[in-house]
Amino acid sequence: MAQDNQGMLWEVFIQTKPGQPHRHCGSVHGHDRELALQNARDVYTRRNEGTNLWVVPSNLIVASSPEDIGPFFEPANDKVYRHPTFYTIPEGITHM
Amino acid sequence: MKNEGLFNYLLRLADTNLILGHRLSEWCGHAPYLEEDIAMANIALDMIGQANALFQYAAKTEAKGRTEDDLAYMRNEREFVNTLLSEQPNGDFAMTIVRQFLSDVFDFHFYESLKSSKDEMLSALAVKGHKEVTYHLRHTTAWMERLGDGTEESHSRLQKALNELWCYTDDLFELNEGDKRLVKEGIAVDPASIQNAWIKTVDDVLAKAKLVKPAGVWQQKGSREGIHSEHLGFLLAEMQHLHRAYPQAQW
Repeated sequence: MAQDNQGMLWEVFIQTKPGQPHRHCGSVHGHDRELALQNARDVYTRRNEGTNLWVVPSNLIVASSPEDIGPFFEPANDKVYRHPTFYTIPEGITHM
Repeated sequence: MKNEGLFNYLLRLADTNLILGHRLSEWCGHAPYLEEDIAMANIALDMIGQANALFQYAAKTEAKGRTEDDLAYMRNEREFVNTLLSEQPNGDFAMTIVRQFLSDVFDFHFYESLKSSKDEMLSALAVKGHKEVTYHLRHTTAWMERLGDGTEESHSRLQKALNELWCYTDDLFELNEGDKRLVKEGIAVDPASIQNAWIKTVDDVLAKAKLVKPAGVWQQKGSREGIHSEHLGFLLAEMQHLHRAYPQAQW
């Protein structure tokens, strides 16, 4: 292929039901916002996956890098008291 | 046959959906990029799904023991009554988009009107079809505007496609004597009643896309009586040969 003319890359987030958080499900190409949204609809919601869609330009995502694992995440390893495991969850509470 | 008019009307709708759906499916694996490949296959599946439901209803209306497969795969060219526009070859991406856009605008207004058909089955199919075509039209409108008002090359390709396909637009609005009776009974849509809406929607998009509507073009008609362009025969040969070679095949 001489030139990549598929448009820029967008990250796709799907909300499966109203009230649920949008979850990242993959990426699509698209030349602008509208086409990116349509492409996300066509590629990721063909089997009833969603009720709402977000597309975000991939280059606007700020990501931590692999070498950040130590300073970013390991200090949390030995802080067991941060987990709310000492509480009992009343019946009927979901999504905990 | 008692319901011959309705049967023939259903074939008109089913054939157009099947043939255009098949045309779009020819892009599968060949579209400009993966996302558009899936988009076109999605639209194709919507149209073939609609054709399937219409053929089932037609078979039931005819009540001669034929199935939807018999109607789709065992009829010959002159028995098909799809629109001339639907059978035109894919050409380049511009041709496909213009063909689909002109057809989507028609279907959009057609289904809107068919929703109030006195025939409950047709009315229900129109509700489903209208939702689907609303998205199809959004997709093709997006491409019309972007390619028409895009680069010099995309603009000239779109304009060329529009010029070539315009002669098949009056054919969309044809109706036969049976259709006229169904219109009077409140079952069928009078195509003349949606023609102004079709023209307005097309004009609006062409203006945004910086395209010029062809004027004074001689109009080719005849599909409502089964008279087709030379392209349909080749399409049917490819679409029907497997079923005719292995009529009992299951998958």
